[in-house]
Amino acid sequence: MSAPSPLHLAAALDGAGWHPAAWREPASRPRELFTARYWADLVAEAEHGLLDFVTFEDALAPQSSRPDGPDGRTDRVHGRLDAVLTAARVAPLTRHIGLVPTVTATHTEPFHLSKAVATLDHVSNGRAGVRIRVTARPDEAAHFGRRTFPAPGTSAPTDSPAAVAEELWEEAADYVEVLRRLWDSWEDDAEIRDAATGRFVDRDKLHHIDFEGRFFRVRGPSITPRPPQGLPPVAVPLDGPASLRTAARSADLVHVPADDADRVRDAVARLRGLRDADGPLHVLGDLAVLLDETAAAAADRRARLDDLDGPPVADGIPVFAGTPAGLADLLLDLRAAGLTGFRLHPAVLGHDLPAVTRGLVPELQSRGAFRTAYGVGTLRGLLGLPRPANRYAAAAARS
Amino acid sequence: MSRPVKQIHLAAHFPGVNNTTVWSDPRAGSHIAFDSFVHFARTAERAKFDFLFLAEGLRLREQNGRIYDLDVVGRPDTFTVLAALAAVTDRLGLTGTINSTFNEPYEVARQFAALDHLSAGRSAWNVVTSWDAFTGENFRRGGFLPQEQRYSRAREFLATANELFDSWRDDDLAADPVSGTFLRDARAGAFVHRGEQFDIHGRFDTPRSPQGRPVVFQAGDSDEGREFAAAGADAIFSRYGTLEEGRAFYADVKGRLARYGRRPDQLLILPAATFVLGDTDAEAQEAAREVRRRQVSGATALRHLEFVWNRDLSAYDPDGPLPDIDPDPGEHTVAQGRAQVRMYRDRLATAREWRELAAQKNWSIRDLVIEAGNRQTFVGSPATVAASIDALVQADAADGFILVPHLTPGGLDGFADTVVPLLQERGVFRHDYTGSTLRDHLGIDRPAEPGERPTP
Repeated sequence: MSAPSPLHLAAALDGAGWHPAAWREPASRPRELFTARYWADLVAEAEHGLLDFVTFEDALAPQSSRPDGPDGRTDRVHGRLDAVLTAARVAPLTRHIGLVPTVTATHTEPFHLSKAVATLDHVSNGRAGVRIRVTARPDEAAHFGRRTFPAPGTSAPTDSPAAVAEELWEEAADYVEVLRRLWDSWEDDAEIRDAATGRFVDRDKLHHIDFEGRFFRVRGPSITPRPPQGLPPVAVPLDGPASLRTAARSADLVHVPADDADRVRDAVARLRGLRDADGPLHVLGDLAVLLDETAAAAADRRARLDDLDGPPVADGIPVFAGTPAGLADLLLDLRAAGLTGFRLHPAVLGHDLPAVTRGLVPELQSRGAFRTAYGVGTLRGLLGLPRPANRYAAAAARS
Repeated sequence: MSRPVKQIHLAAHFPGVNNTTVWSDPRAGSHIAFDSFVHFARTAERAKFDFLFLAEGLRLREQNGRIYDLDVVGRPDTFTVLAALAAVTDRLGLTGTINSTFNEPYEVARQFAALDHLSAGRSAWNVVTSWDAFTGENFRRGGFLPQEQRYSRAREFLATANELFDSWRDDDLAADPVSGTFLRDARAGAFVHRGEQFDIHGRFDTPRSPQGRPVVFQAGDSDEGREFAAAGADAIFSRYGTLEEGRAFYADVKGRLARYGRRPDQLLILPAATFVLGDTDAEAQEAAREVRRRQVSGATALRHLEFVWNRDLSAYDPDGPLPDIDPDPGEHTVAQGRAQVRMYRDRLATAREWRELAAQKNWSIRDLVIEAGNRQTFVGSPATVAASIDALVQADAADGFILVPHLTPGGLDGFADTVVPLLQERGVFRHDYTGSTLRDHLGIDRPAEPGERPTP
């Protein structure tokens, strides 16, 4: 049997950290959450640790502990900067790490987001990805005023939360299809600059995508040339059964809760069973982490944070509090259950992100389970995903 | 008593997808690679320009049913490239053209608020409108507007975005870990907007940015466009760069401000301007002629004539006389995705005028297209160009210019090195930035703190 492949590691960046009390910790910089320097420092730290990528959380409403609207709380981090713009702002300051903003498919235009992610890929020389989320929250819908969703608990059986979620994920699959067709709508060599004939592009290498689905139609081509990676990687969370089909069929990366090994094995099996797309599928475990030199110190810190703010909202993400060596043990166990990597959510970014990069990473390196240098220049390269052929060029070559 | 000398505002328009951009020059670089944007932005910042300007078009142009291939095709996403440029510049304003027809206020407001935070107060929004179904085909709502609604949507879009920008006060963020107070007011971000175009309410999720709101530009030239600018814009991107036309436009638009309780200095008039420099005026004139020939090939000349004729003119010889058939006066169908075609309001009259002019001057189609629409605004030695710019500004034909170089990315270098120092010597352009935000550069006040919060 061949040696297991090295782990892929990502860090989830959101506010002061995953724990709602994170902003009150001494290591946090709560007054700087809306500055470029804060985000640049976080991503530089992640790059220092040779991580594959960072994700930028986002939504189209402020954070809330209620499922339907504002929670009226004044004691938690409130407000965000647009994830795509934040990723773009740090791109020129970094050289290797992948930048994966979260995009809400439910209320946005795939045409706009396709060119935005393509441009993120251009400005980062091939380090862009995109993480898809959907939302049935009534408050987010009311910010756009174009569609409505039932308030939780008030729905008729025909639009039960499960049915609504399934439909939103079906729409998201179409959205991802449009992103990718638009990225392919320019062949790599469409720009010819042929002075002799006066033609800047070979228009036979620009393609209308003519997507028509249940939810929308988009004509194309994109206004932005094909990104350096061809198709930037797309991440989808395994968000209960509703997103299973979309995750298995439309994603390059799937995030699943890094639960116990049995549940992970089951999730991986179901994803791989439904996979009918080309190309490898990465399944990354989502795990919140609190890391200290001793397990007792980490447990104490967790208790202190929970005391400040009560246990965090149930977002389905398991929590690890312990030492870097203990975390390395857990990650390698879960790799054996079928995960190819992890997206770690530092509970307090100012404390736990450096603990990942300076504690966990050397631990994994010493066990031969993580890279010791960045080798390749693109996010696809870091993830071992080949650069895909252009569907339209391939079609032209066949005909 | 003589009035004080006006200070000139200068901006740099990244060379775009019009035939102004000479892509066939051996020095022409990529219009997509980020390095080109970095070079261009840093040149503008080195020269202490007010801002960089990006245009936008949301569908590739087509003509005679095919993608138009004679000019630069393709551009990056406006917000994304501006956010990246914020990382490699420090003072330069960052102006993006964003459409009010194919976007939603909540999303655009959070994008501009983010850009303003991430650039520490350097964002500006050039609000444009469109209504065409051609562009709408790229959007999920397939949406387009009756032409007469485009400004009512734009007005309401901007008003709504302003309500969102104003939904946070500067002091709403406490972020005090000791008391555990992150927000001073749980209703931070609360907004309600009920209108014809938008019926939305809730909480805006981005705190008030350094400039309060982005600086707002307007670029339309119709009566409605001018009124829109007078009501709510901070600056106009105009097309009138000559003395007479410039003064007429300037007087017209500034004259509209009083109706909105605004002072003349609260709206800047910044025409687009092209330029060609040379060591001497004669050398510059010669170089400018050559640039025009490159900008307008025979094939380009025919396509541009089609904007007026609204017919396929491929069969004509660009070096021969103008067509003797008349334009098709019906709905314009030949060129799609171009605002330009709307400039010709009476195509039959324009055609008649052009034919007479060409006959009188013995011009071919190509000569006519060059002379009728492709003369550079400023041609001459650095001293001549600096004097012309200064004269136009002091004569109230403009408050400054948005320069459109014809080369990517180095087209601004010569201007920065030779003309800017002369303007500085004349005492009409800054030697260094005196403030950090774009509002500081433009001398525009930060908007007042919002009043009472709405009750949602």
